[in-house]
Amino acid sequence: MAAPLLELQDVHASYGSIKALKGISLTVYPGEIVAMIGANGAGKSTTLMTICGIVQVQKGDIFYRGTSIKGTPPETLPPLGLCQVPEGRRIFPRLTVRENLELGAFYRRERTAIDRDIDQAYSFFPILKERRNQQGGTLSGGEQQMLAIARALMSRPKLLLMDEPSLGLAPKIVQKIFDIIAEINKEGTTILLVEQNANLALQTAQRGYVLETGAISMEDQAATLLDNPDIRKAYLGE
Amino acid sequence: MEYFIQQFINGITLGGVYALIALGYTMVYGVIQLINFAHGEFFAAGGYMGVILLAYMTGAGYLETHPFLCIAGAGVLTMAYTAFLAMGVERMAYKPLRYASRLSLLVSALGMSIFLSNGLMLTQGVFDKPYPSELTHGGFEIGPISVGYLQVIIVGMTAVLLVGLNILVFKTRIGMAMRATAQDKIMSSLVSISSNRIIALTFAIGAGLAACAGMMTGFYYGSVRYDMGFVPGIKAFAAAVLGGIGNITGAMLGGVIIGMVEVFGAAYISGQYKDVFAFIIMIAVLYFKPTGIMGENVDDTRV
Repeated sequence: MAAPLLELQDVHASYGSIKALKGISLTVYPGEIVAMIGANGAGKSTTLMTICGIVQVQKGDIFYRGTSIKGTPPETLPPLGLCQVPEGRRIFPRLTVRENLELGAFYRRERTAIDRDIDQAYSFFPILKERRNQQGGTLSGGEQQMLAIARALMSRPKLLLMDEPSLGLAPKIVQKIFDIIAEINKEGTTILLVEQNANLALQTAQRGYVLETGAISMEDQAATLLDNPDIRKAYLGE
Repeated sequence: MEYFIQQFINGITLGGVYALIALGYTMVYGVIQLINFAHGEFFAAGGYMGVILLAYMTGAGYLETHPFLCIAGAGVLTMAYTAFLAMGVERMAYKPLRYASRLSLLVSALGMSIFLSNGLMLTQGVFDKPYPSELTHGGFEIGPISVGYLQVIIVGMTAVLLVGLNILVFKTRIGMAMRATAQDKIMSSLVSISSNRIIALTFAIGAGLAACAGMMTGFYYGSVRYDMGFVPGIKAFAAAVLGGIGNITGAMLGGVIIGMVEVFGAAYISGQYKDVFAFIIMIAVLYFKPTGIMGENVDDTRV
């Protein structure tokens, strides 16, 4: 197998005074979609925020493309191709759609390439072109999710971390977002996907991890996890 | 009527000075939700650096031969010096408290204010320092109304700085990063903006504007004093609150309104209550519309 793109080795981290991660080890290989499922508060978002350097690693280590990124400031990661679509989308509410996209490419300098990528984002999400001069905060939930994904793509990520892209969206839009995720992956971006919608996440992903109270309780091929009766009972509501 | 127009001109002049100071309060509040009570001291530091540089230039004889070049040069150096001072203050007094409570930050700001103003007193003395006045004394008359050259320069400079700031904040890449940082620091770091740099830059810009105001005040009133930052600082804070704290356009507007109210209040009601009017407005704003004129609703500032 190819060298891992991302590797977490026994990562411990706290969120405030709560010990949120108690030894997470996981690996993402280039080209994959890896799903991480688990209940509310299991530490899924904290895992992503720890990878991005927002939450500090207390023990263990994180390797991205073979080098440790433990303790590197978050703003240095997008230039390396590591980018996140965070939980709750975090669109800049009082910046326009266009400005939100521009910020996705903040570290990049080549004006023509950025403009080309913005045009590409508009053709991928025509609604964003329509709304380009509107403030981000005025968009609907689905539109904001599209903007959040488009903004992340503006940094030309190699590895995209996605946190709950389906949260609060109508089923029809959720399906559309997951189609987009599959397409982004087909075009060469590796994806680590955190989801409460375990069914959809495991259908989209090749491999999956199950997170329980800050530790990995299971890891397997996504299809195998989908067939596992315990998983079906705990996360698929059967 | 002439009296009214005369006061109007005075009000615009004073309002411009308040607006320049108020911007620093509002911009810093915008990015780190701190009322920087040491901000008035940047204004005073600017007033002093200006007079020191001008005294040196006078001594060397340059001020007489190239007055405008000297004043402009002193202005630029003063703004740069104060900007660096502010970045130093931020690094020492606020950065270590980045993740502390807002109250700790506020106490640190109060301490910094006392430290800086006492520092000025110790190094520069307790007495007024006079600004060179020969250069800027003249004026012209439009009918019965007299306008000082200095007033024209102050209003002109203020307008240039305000327009420049607007371009910086709303039209440039770095301004976009500032607005993004003000709205969501975690997300802005996820799009590779260094919030530490943006915060330092915000302090530098705010202090530079205040320093310019300090120098202009020195020229306008003819002297500076170590504690000159206190009252204008609080009035400019009132202006920022009136405009809607965190809102740049609001601070400009608030500054002009406070300046106008003060001048007209002093002219038509009582000169002795000059300092009271700004605070009456602040109390009224806090009571009736705490978000200020241009302030946003609290709920759309965070996702």
